[in-house]
Amino acid sequence: MSSTDPLLSVRNLAVTFVVRGQPAVRAVDEVSFDIRPGQYVGLVGESGSGKSVSALAVLGLLPSRGVQVSGNVLYRGTDLLTQSDAEMRKLRGREIAMVFQDPMSSLNPVVPVGVQVTEVIRRHEHADKAEARDRAESLLRKVGIPDPGRRLREYPHQLSGGMRQRVLIAIALACSPKLLIADEPTTALDVTIQAQVLEVLRELVADTDAALLLITHDLGVVAGLCDDVNVMYAGRVVESSSRNQLFAAPRHPYTGGLLASIPRLDAPRGAPLHPIPGSPTQTIPWDEGCAFAPRCHHKIDACLGTAPPLEPIGDRDLRCVHPLDAKRPTTAEAGR
Amino acid sequence: MTALVSVEGLKVHFPLRSGSLLRRGGSVKAVDGVDLEISQGRTLGLVGESGCGKTTLGRALLRLAPITEGRVVFDGTDVSSLGGRDLRRLRQEMQMVFQDPLASLNPRQSIESILTEPLRAHGIAYDRRRRVPELLDQVGLPASAAQKYPHEFSGGQRQRIGIARAIALEPRFVIADEPVSALDVSIQAQVLNLLEELQDKLGLTYLVIAHDLAVVRHLSDDVAVMYLGGVVEQADSDALYADPQHPYTRALMSAVPVPDPIVEARRERILLQGDLPSPADPPVGCRFHTRCPFRQETRCDTERPQLRLVGPGHQVACHFAQDIAAGRIRPHQVTPDEAAVET
Repeated sequence: MSSTDPLLSVRNLAVTFVVRGQPAVRAVDEVSFDIRPGQYVGLVGESGSGKSVSALAVLGLLPSRGVQVSGNVLYRGTDLLTQSDAEMRKLRGREIAMVFQDPMSSLNPVVPVGVQVTEVIRRHEHADKAEARDRAESLLRKVGIPDPGRRLREYPHQLSGGMRQRVLIAIALACSPKLLIADEPTTALDVTIQAQVLEVLRELVADTDAALLLITHDLGVVAGLCDDVNVMYAGRVVESSSRNQLFAAPRHPYTGGLLASIPRLDAPRGAPLHPIPGSPTQTIPWDEGCAFAPRCHHKIDACLGTAPPLEPIGDRDLRCVHPLDAKRPTTAEAGR
Repeated sequence: MTALVSVEGLKVHFPLRSGSLLRRGGSVKAVDGVDLEISQGRTLGLVGESGCGKTTLGRALLRLAPITEGRVVFDGTDVSSLGGRDLRRLRQEMQMVFQDPLASLNPRQSIESILTEPLRAHGIAYDRRRRVPELLDQVGLPASAAQKYPHEFSGGQRQRIGIARAIALEPRFVIADEPVSALDVSIQAQVLNLLEELQDKLGLTYLVIAHDLAVVRHLSDDVAVMYLGGVVEQADSDALYADPQHPYTRALMSAVPVPDPIVEARRERILLQGDLPSPADPPVGCRFHTRCPFRQETRCDTERPQLRLVGPGHQVACHFAQDIAAGRIRPHQVTPDEAAVET
């Protein structure tokens, strides 16, 4: 990767949900990461780790009532958190686009697919109807939908899950955005369809020189697609590294624990799994030291003092007092 | 090796009513001619994508789905012809763990009540103060859990409760339908380890139904791959993963992401085009021929291949399995239009 300025730079992003009569919930805190032009960055975490909320905050899609967002989200030097709604509307779809997890609930069920695809093109590029339609057709063809002319006249329920997700990708890429945020784009799909959709993402995003922020819980998907990976736990980034370094030798005990607990297709049968004990916490307990400490097999007394900051340790950024050894032989390394 | 469960020519067809939405008649052929054997004490993994009929097959084994044709034999008894009291008695031996632990536990029932309900339903005498803590202990939950309700537990703990309920009747055969797919990644391994531990301790026979090949690979001795209502390949787990023979199995395995960038970069990927055809109107001949990169001019679209032995215990339903394995048939591009299916 070149040393160009970041396209998106998120600094100390924090999101707090305030519900009357209940203690405030800090879903995301101290989240910082960079995306350079054309780069593929993964944001990995389990449900409740704050990865989707971070993405929504970046796009300004969180409701204004009951939500406090702080920090900086710098897109080409402009702080998105200070932009007006009108300015954000101009940006969304044109500069930054998003693909959501569930294609059925993010497409309007009573509007033909074609209208939904052309809407973006007409609004942002003021194209006339016929031109928008032609472009929509070629977009659908690009994402691998057969007979696009007919599909444009159909409604979302007439398409299969994989096709609906392709339509969403087509809509997102319609105005050639500089940054595509994909939130669990393949989680609702079967593996063979997932492979198709990932291939579409890989090729099309590369074609348009867009950067990709991929939000997922699946480390396998990240391993195949992303340049850099940010691992989130309990609302904070705990490990941030290049893909190859991360998978070769995870240094945060949570990352290491995740990799050791996933059954792998290429592992010998009967290879033992090492689960992480306990379950992810629902509240965000970073006040009394590391939130992962109660589940951590590598903790020391210092872990329970104050919450560790995200700081450069060796070749990556870590939020850990007592990280795993830098040279831990893993299957990934042994396979070299 | 004796088969505890054997399935012969099983078909489950659901009639399509000619109503306002579904005007054509006919039926959805969810399971269409399946033969399987599960040996005592072993685990058979059943993999396939959504809509391939794997859940229906599992339910049909317990007679939770109506059997249209064929036989299910459990330890010498033909399940498909049983009714009433005999069927109930047999179900004590066969239990099920469901996918979504929250949806399959009654939110208003205490854990104790949930765990003893199967015993009450089957009229089995039990000592509540002994049996409930014992069951909870077997699945790694504290005895204090008995008085709590499902919402007080995390997803992984709820699935443990679902498993405790399934083993409450001391069954010999347990069907686990997507036992971990609703759980967080860091929790899945706990439940997988628990299932293995219980099998060793209680001598259980498992049918594990899952879409995740890595999960099935981890748990299973034998694996059957389903596509559109039929089994396309069946083998010992090691043999299947080392040397998949059916084009669909190959594509399925190449599509599973591995959390290792080096492996990911090196892997040969077989991308399938199009979607699963409708099981109400499956393709004639080989069910997979519309998406198969190895399709040949003859036989594939006219003659439905039957499972046949290609190695010790390794069965494949493909006319050209040997030619593909030997490299005599090369994959070709399938155009999306060719694979397109009316939805």
